[in-house]
Amino acid sequence: MSNQASTLFDKVWDAHVVRKIADGPDVFFIDRHFIHEVTSPVAFLGLESRNIGVMYPERTFATADHNTPTLNQHLPVQDPLSANQLKALETNSAKYGISHWGLGHARNGIVHVVGPENGITLPGMTIVCGDSHTSTHGAFGAIAFGIGTSEVEMVLSSQCIMQPKPKKMRVNVNGTLGKGVTPKDVTLYIISKLTTAGATGYFVEYAGDVFRNMSMEGRMTVCNMSIEMGARGGMIAPDETTFAYINGREQAPKGEKWDKALAYWKTLKTDEDAVFDKEYTFDAADIEPMITYGTNPGMGQGISRAIPTSDQVEGGKATYDKSLNYMGFHENESMLGKKIDYVFIGSCTNGRIEDFRAFASIVKGRKKADNVTAWVVPGSHIVEAQIKEEGILDILTDAGFELRQPGCSACLAMNDDKIPAGKYAVSTSNRNFEGRQGPGARTLLASPLVAAAAAVTGVVTDPRELL
Amino acid sequence: MAYDKFTILKSTAVPLPIENVDTDQIIPARFLKATKREGFGDNLFRDWRYNGDDTPKQDFVLNNPIYSGKILVGGHNFGSGSSREHAAWAIYDYGFRCVVSSFFADIFKGNSLNIGILPVQVSAAFLDKIFLAIEADPNAELEVNLPDQKIIILSTGESESFDINGYKKHNLMNGFDDIDYLQAMKNEIREFETERIY
Repeated sequence: MSNQASTLFDKVWDAHVVRKIADGPDVFFIDRHFIHEVTSPVAFLGLESRNIGVMYPERTFATADHNTPTLNQHLPVQDPLSANQLKALETNSAKYGISHWGLGHARNGIVHVVGPENGITLPGMTIVCGDSHTSTHGAFGAIAFGIGTSEVEMVLSSQCIMQPKPKKMRVNVNGTLGKGVTPKDVTLYIISKLTTAGATGYFVEYAGDVFRNMSMEGRMTVCNMSIEMGARGGMIAPDETTFAYINGREQAPKGEKWDKALAYWKTLKTDEDAVFDKEYTFDAADIEPMITYGTNPGMGQGISRAIPTSDQVEGGKATYDKSLNYMGFHENESMLGKKIDYVFIGSCTNGRIEDFRAFASIVKGRKKADNVTAWVVPGSHIVEAQIKEEGILDILTDAGFELRQPGCSACLAMNDDKIPAGKYAVSTSNRNFEGRQGPGARTLLASPLVAAAAAVTGVVTDPRELL
Repeated sequence: MAYDKFTILKSTAVPLPIENVDTDQIIPARFLKATKREGFGDNLFRDWRYNGDDTPKQDFVLNNPIYSGKILVGGHNFGSGSSREHAAWAIYDYGFRCVVSSFFADIFKGNSLNIGILPVQVSAAFLDKIFLAIEADPNAELEVNLPDQKIIILSTGESESFDINGYKKHNLMNGFDDIDYLQAMKNEIREFETERIY
């Protein structure tokens, strides 16, 4: 085995297999487990009914994010069901000795934002959470993926889950990104090429110049969206950018531990002659600012293009027609100039400081369009503080935007931040499924730059014209 | 949570010939607020099944009394999207024990197996045959035979084999779950944990 060339994914996966079951899954050890209020309560109930405990409480971290309001977080949560789930997370965490950053805690925020920004997420780890966007943490060279509640119960009770090892895919993007083309556009482009099921059964490694030159925030955006093409997760080999990001963060290793960790992290890369089950290579020059026009994240294209006809896309005509009908769009129409009603910037995909810097770069000196309701939602309190410190809040306020408090918000609309039926929202989040942002809501997924351009013009606009 | 053992299931089936059925359609996020695993079947396919005023949408298959059964037959890439196990709970709670499609999203498939739903992946051609058989006769029965790993359209006699790993097959046929297995190997896990660098 040691003589054989292996991938980054192999190295991290194989180091975490406790037992291999013949004709079955691997018993797979989990270093870090994140929990939130929505997918954990039934897992804790399971522990109780079996009369078993939490094996390593120090390996699990709780944060409240899915249900939390983004206004008036100091007041009691109005929705009794949400309040009940938040209370359950608090009670269960206290009962089993799990760290809990609940509503109002200075480090509270979206789980996939707070893990990295506090140095809990590190290269070479295995990380799971009952949330499919756990793939975000792969940006650090960790194996990170979403799990169901039965598996949350497994991790709590044994620190392991049962997983068949996925196949391996590498996606290379080489060259230099053009003006106004961001990590979100890179991932929407890849998904549009591979389709929403194109990477199902695979774990993806992203490689090439574009990812090498990308910030950690950008890498998180890309890895976050891996699940949208069906991949369980995506990862990027750690490098100096990764180490510089981690160094000094609250829970990152320090002193001698740092030196030891760093030496290990430097071994975390794919060997030159390692083989992938599938490999794709794209040219950065082909990527435009992207926008989606349909009801899955694979239905995206360059913002200046016309909506494809059903014979130009994979899949059946009936499903395609259903999708365009839901969106109120037609084949061959241009996306540019379409009137929009809402803009949402935030989520575990684009709720980090760099995303608000990008948004502000277009908003600066302009005004929010009158026909647009905008929800500007930081990914965490730390991001919120940065927004204030860097003067971004002033830019937003001058342009007529209001900054909300952190949480998942309109990405999945479990709290009050719901897009009304029939309305169009340009959203920096990750899913444009029917009803995702509220029953009947119509979502156009895009980057923070495209969202900002829409927010100030009131219509779908190419951000390159405003840069 | 205990579930019904799965061996041979003979049942009529409910056809849903739509591709990329995502977990937000199976159970919208606003119905994930329970702290117990109860009643999710009521909101299965909520927004396809009911209008905004909670009246049933007559053209949706679950509201059509000619279709019923313990088998749900869906289009390509069934269960994409979120990791919410609630999607599988809703399908189970509604009364389905088996979902048939030509392709499943990974997490949904794993969640289903963990709670006692058998996901049966068939070829696109065989999926079409199933849809045709149900269209011809809504009372057409399918047999899903887990021991033999075979699915049969009883009205036409056509059949196809399906894959499942031996470990999961054994679990489903006996009503076992992974937590029992993991509890039994805690010493081995403890030993492994002491070697971890993190």
